[in-house]
Amino acid sequence: MPDSDAIRCDACPVLCYIKPGRTGACDRYANHDGKLVRLDPHLLLDQAVARGESVVPFLERDREWGGNLVQPSGTFVTAIGAGTTYPDYKPAPFIISAEIEGVDMVTVVTEGIFSYCGVKVKIDTDRHLGPETSTVRAQGEAVGHVTTSEYGSQMLSLGGVRHLTGGSRREGRVTCDTLLDLCNGKPAELRIEGGAKVIVQAGKAPLVDDVREERMRVGCGSAAIGMFAKQWFGQVDEVVVVDDHITGVLSEHQAGKLLGVPETGIRLKGRRSTPGRYFQVAEPGTAWGGTNLDDPRAILRPFNPKMAWPGLRLLMVSTTGEHSIYFELDGNLELVEKDLPPPLQLSVARLKENCEPALSTVLFMGGAGGSLRAGVTENPVCLTYSVRDALTRVTCGGAPAYIWPGGGITFMVDVSRMPANAFGYVPTPAIVAPIEFTLTLADYAALGGHMDHVRPLAAIAAANDHIHNLANPENPWPLEPAKPKRQPR
Amino acid sequence: MRVPPQIHWLADRRRLHLSDGPIDLIVQAFGGGEQVRAAYRAASNRFMTLLDELCHELTPLRLPMRKGNQVFVGVVARRMARAVEPFSSRGFITPMAAVAGAVAEEILEAMVAAGPLARAYVNNGGDIAFHLSPAEHFVVGMIERPDRPSLFGTATLRAAQPVRGIATSGWHGRSFSLGIADAVTVLAGCASAADAAATVIANAVDLPGHASILRQPACELAPDSDLGAIPVTRAVGELSAAEVGFALASGAKLAEELRATGLIEAAALCLRGQIRIVSFRADNISDFRSLVHA
Repeated sequence: MPDSDAIRCDACPVLCYIKPGRTGACDRYANHDGKLVRLDPHLLLDQAVARGESVVPFLERDREWGGNLVQPSGTFVTAIGAGTTYPDYKPAPFIISAEIEGVDMVTVVTEGIFSYCGVKVKIDTDRHLGPETSTVRAQGEAVGHVTTSEYGSQMLSLGGVRHLTGGSRREGRVTCDTLLDLCNGKPAELRIEGGAKVIVQAGKAPLVDDVREERMRVGCGSAAIGMFAKQWFGQVDEVVVVDDHITGVLSEHQAGKLLGVPETGIRLKGRRSTPGRYFQVAEPGTAWGGTNLDDPRAILRPFNPKMAWPGLRLLMVSTTGEHSIYFELDGNLELVEKDLPPPLQLSVARLKENCEPALSTVLFMGGAGGSLRAGVTENPVCLTYSVRDALTRVTCGGAPAYIWPGGGITFMVDVSRMPANAFGYVPTPAIVAPIEFTLTLADYAALGGHMDHVRPLAAIAAANDHIHNLANPENPWPLEPAKPKRQPR
Repeated sequence: MRVPPQIHWLADRRRLHLSDGPIDLIVQAFGGGEQVRAAYRAASNRFMTLLDELCHELTPLRLPMRKGNQVFVGVVARRMARAVEPFSSRGFITPMAAVAGAVAEEILEAMVAAGPLARAYVNNGGDIAFHLSPAEHFVVGMIERPDRPSLFGTATLRAAQPVRGIATSGWHGRSFSLGIADAVTVLAGCASAADAAATVIANAVDLPGHASILRQPACELAPDSDLGAIPVTRAVGELSAAEVGFALASGAKLAEELRATGLIEAAALCLRGQIRIVSFRADNISDFRSLVHA
C-alpha cells in the first residue's frame, strides 16, 4: 500500500493498514506513534516501570499478552468503562481487593452519572474575553459564564445543573457535548457575550478571536516593575509597563524610589491607585497588555516640562514583552521613537522569557454525594465521613481528586491527568465520569461495605476485556496506603 | 500474529460473546435448555471460520457493486451482495455496506437451524438479526449517537411484524459515512437489508457543500477503505434548526421510497436532537412512535 506511515495489523485476517492515531476496522487495535497497540473498553492502570509511555504495546512479538504480565499489586482498576449500577440499588460494578504492602486494600469502581457537575476552565491570557458574569455560549446555547479572573488568567465556569437540565432540551444537550469535549481533551469553541470568541482545549494554548495566545504575562504591570527595576536602572530613565489592570511606572513605583530613580515628569491617563500604579489607562481589549491600544502613546499625557528633559529615555513594554517600544524626548519634550538599545532588548527578552506558555486548563467538578454512595456502602453517609477523614481516597481514572471541604463529596480533578476519553454521557443529559474509592478492607467492612461483592484483583486482571495502561507518572499511585486524618468513626 | 476467534460467556453466563478481528457479536438464545445449548454450539462452530471465509474475498467485496456482474463464493459474501444489490443503481455502494448485518444473519441462521428456539438474537455492534417464534417479541433499545451509546427509547418487535433485522448507521460510528446523520436506525426484513439501507439513508442525510461540514477522503484515514478517495464526514459544525430539518428531509425522502418499495419497514433518523420517523405500516405505528417519545 502507498502510505509509508501506515502500519499493517496482523491480529486478524482483515490485515488493516492503520494510519498513525487511527484504529483498524475493529476499533481495538491502533497505530500509536507507529506502534501497534491494543485498545479495549475497561482500563486498568499499571504502575509505570518505564516512564513517559502512555499505552502498553500489546504485541511485542516475543510474548503473547495476558493479564499475568502485570504484577497485580502494580495494577489499579479504574472506573473507565466499568459501567454503573445507577440508581445504585445494587453494589458498584467492581469492588476489588488487593494486598498492598501487607495491607488488604479495596477499590470500589464505578462510573458516576453526574447531573451536578461542570468544568472550570482557566485560560491563561490577559486579553479581555468578556465582562465578568457574561454568558458563555456554544453553538448559540448558554453553557456557562465568565467568573472571577485570576492572576494572569481568565476563568470560565461551564455546565452545572441549570444549563444541563434547567433550560431547553437543546441547551442541555449542547452543554453536555461541550463538557464532554472539554473533559475528553477535545477543543470547544465558545463565544462570550459582549466579548471574544475563544477556542479552548485542555493543556493547549487558547485561541482568542482566532489568535493563538502564546505566553502568560510575567505579572501585572506593577509586579513587572518590581521584578525588572534593577535591570532597567541606569539603562533607561523611565519605564511604563502597560497593563489593562495595573500599569506600572518605574520612577514613581516603590521599586524605582528605593533605587533612587529621579522623577521624570511623566503623566499617565487613568486612575492612580498608589504611587507608580495606574488603573484603567485604556479600555480592555486584545492588544497591548490586554488593552484595546495598538499605540501605547495613547495612555500618556504631555510630560511635565518642569521635570522632564530633552534626551529622556523612555521604554514602554507590555506585561508579556510581546510589545515594546523605545522613545527619546526631543527639544520640545515630544516622543521620538528609536530602536531599542541592546541592553533594553535584553531586558525585554528576559521579561518575555519569564512569561510561561499560555494554556487552557480544565478541572472537572462534580458531586458524588448522592445515590452513587449506595453502590459503595449500605449506609451512604459513612462513605462521606470516610472520604472526609481521608480514610478513603477518591480518584478519577486513577488521577487524584481534590475533595472540597464541607458537606457532601464535591470533588475536582484535572482532566489532563486522567486517561484519554475517560468521560461519557447519558442523554438525561448528564456526564458520566469514572470514580474510584480506595480504602483498607478493614475500613470498608467498618463503613458497611458490600463485603460479599469484593473480588480479588487477580480475577479482574486475568480477564481479557480490558486494557492495561501505564499510569501517569505525575499522579500519586492510588493504592499507596492513605494517611488518615482521624481514626475510623 | 493471528489471534484466534475468541468465544466467552459474558458475566451473566447467559449471553455469548464471539469476537474475531472487527467482528464482535453478542448472542443470546431463549428456549429449552438443550435447544439453547445446541444453538450456542452451532453459533460457535459457524463462527470459527467465518472471518477467514470473508477475508478470502475481501478485495472483490470492497469493489463497487454492479448489477449482476459479481459472483461470490462465501455464503456471507453472497448475503452482503444480495443486500446491497437493490441500491447499486442509486450510486456508489460496495457489499461492505452490509457486512455487519450479513454476519449477524449468518450466525442466527446457524442457531435456528440447530433446533427450535423461542427467541434468539445476534447483535453485531448494533446491527441485529433476530428470531421470533409465533407470539414472541423483543424489546430493542435505540441510541441517538453511536459514538456515545446510551438508550433514548425502546421498541417492541413482535413476531407478527415482518421485521427480523435492525441496524444503525451514522458518521460517529465505527465505519465511515458520507452523510451527517448522528444515527439512522432501520427496521427491515433481515439484518443485512437493514444494514445496507441504514448506510444509504445515513449517507442521504446531508447538506452537500455546507461550510461547517468537514470531509476527508476515506483513504487518507484508512488506506484500504472500500470508499477509496470518496470524502467521508469527519466533523459537523454549527447547523441551524432549518438546516438540520433540510438534511433530515432528504434522508427521510429516500427512506420513504425504500419503505414504499418494501426494502425496509421503518426508519428513525436522528440529527442534532431532531428526529424524523419513516413509519411502519398502520398496524405497527404505535410501537415505533412510543420508542421515539420515550
